[in-house]
Amino acid sequence: MIRVRQPGMLTTVQDLGRHGLAHLGVPAAGAVDRRAFGLANRLVGNRQGAAALEITLVGPELELEAGVWVALTGGRVAADLDGRPVPMDMAVRVEAGQVLRVGSLTTGLRAYLAVRGGIDVPPVLGSRSTDTLAQVGPARLAEGARLPVGDQTAGDPFQQVAPTPQVDPEPILRAVRGPRDDVFTEEAVRALIAEAWTVTSSSDRTGVRLDGPALERRRRIELKSEGMVEGSLQVPPDGHPILFLANHPTTGGYPVIAVVVGHDLPLAAQARPGTRLRFRFVSLEAARAARP
Amino acid sequence: MNLRPAGERALLVEVEELETVHRLHAALRRLDLPWVTELVPGYRTLLVVADPERAGALDQLAADLPGLKLPPARAGAGVPVEIPVSYDGEDLPEVASLTGLDADEVVRRHTAPTYTVAFLGFSPGFPYLVGLDPSLEVPRRDTPRTSIPAGSVGLAGDQTGIYPTASPGGWQLIGHTDVALFDPGRDPPALLGPGGRLRFTVAS
Repeated sequence: MIRVRQPGMLTTVQDLGRHGLAHLGVPAAGAVDRRAFGLANRLVGNRQGAAALEITLVGPELELEAGVWVALTGGRVAADLDGRPVPMDMAVRVEAGQVLRVGSLTTGLRAYLAVRGGIDVPPVLGSRSTDTLAQVGPARLAEGARLPVGDQTAGDPFQQVAPTPQVDPEPILRAVRGPRDDVFTEEAVRALIAEAWTVTSSSDRTGVRLDGPALERRRRIELKSEGMVEGSLQVPPDGHPILFLANHPTTGGYPVIAVVVGHDLPLAAQARPGTRLRFRFVSLEAARAARP
Repeated sequence: MNLRPAGERALLVEVEELETVHRLHAALRRLDLPWVTELVPGYRTLLVVADPERAGALDQLAADLPGLKLPPARAGAGVPVEIPVSYDGEDLPEVASLTGLDADEVVRRHTAPTYTVAFLGFSPGFPYLVGLDPSLEVPRRDTPRTSIPAGSVGLAGDQTGIYPTASPGGWQLIGHTDVALFDPGRDPPALLGPGGRLRFTVAS
């Protein structure tokens, strides 16, 4: 068991999300930076879908009631184990009764803490993820909560430091035009890739809200609600795009001007309020061939 | 049929009618393609989402779609689900005055049609229904409520619906039901699926 002494700002249990239920209005949820999440699980030798903790800006204080391997990845953060610094991006052994304190992130927005075996809260609709939009799944971490540790292992803990890219201060995200780019003026489509977009403080796991020039529509038509994918740049009537992350709603009534390439979504998930994001268009073929 | 890529791993299939959306949804469910992770109906669209590792399969599907044989309309709709409603909503007097009908007549006209679930969205299990009597079309409330209890039945524009879970919302509330529209412990978790039908009845 892991006992939560302090929950941090917003710490949730996340895995790869709830899939196959979007037609019933159930969002996927799951880790928003799946690259950092996946690395944390690999480091401790977990199966790729094992649940880990997603930490937002200010980390938790946790007492490990039994000895276990852990790994911390994602945005840079100082952590200590009974006062001794804990390195990131490698498996670290924690002995029974030790207290792990995760501080405030210095770069990025989210860090991931995997424990060997995974967090074993009961799955809801096939996932252990906390859905912060639809309130499905386990509650966010609260003081005094106890989290069971499971047996979702696939190998041994990894005995080296994993190479991790630095957080880019002004990331450029690749995107494919459409499906509703024809709703917008040519100037709006150009502005999307010409301007820098500032991440606003109302961003969350549902989406990154962006400030910049208003993207004008060519027509004043009312769009009928339709299905949404992760990475969609949905543009409400105020003209300011919202970049949908893993906990996006399944349908939406505003047009999507472009969709960000999946490999670039971790950059968006780590963008703090005030970060300037840029976009560039790639072809569908280039997007499918894209690598991180 | 109009095909619009939605990023590298999804295809938005746009058709003329809601009924075609449901027939297409049924046809693709029947094909049970292992690389398809989600099929999401909207009013005029079906979103097909692929496993990111196998997104190239969308191209073949796009080529095959125009020739795909669709099942007849409402083939899988089944009998309409009955939703007993206590018509005691806070906004019922307001709806009566907006429509120029008395409250009993609002109830009569709300319980008369068989509605079709166009799709689900907004929140888990929230059904967007079509089939509302046009005389019951009323605007949304000027100020949305910050919290609406689960089971509330409301009206907004040409739509009527039920809130499966407590949430904020701007619809005019005419009643409530005790029927659970969404229960994560049930399989399937939503009482109604896209293309399903329902009738409202007066709860006794």
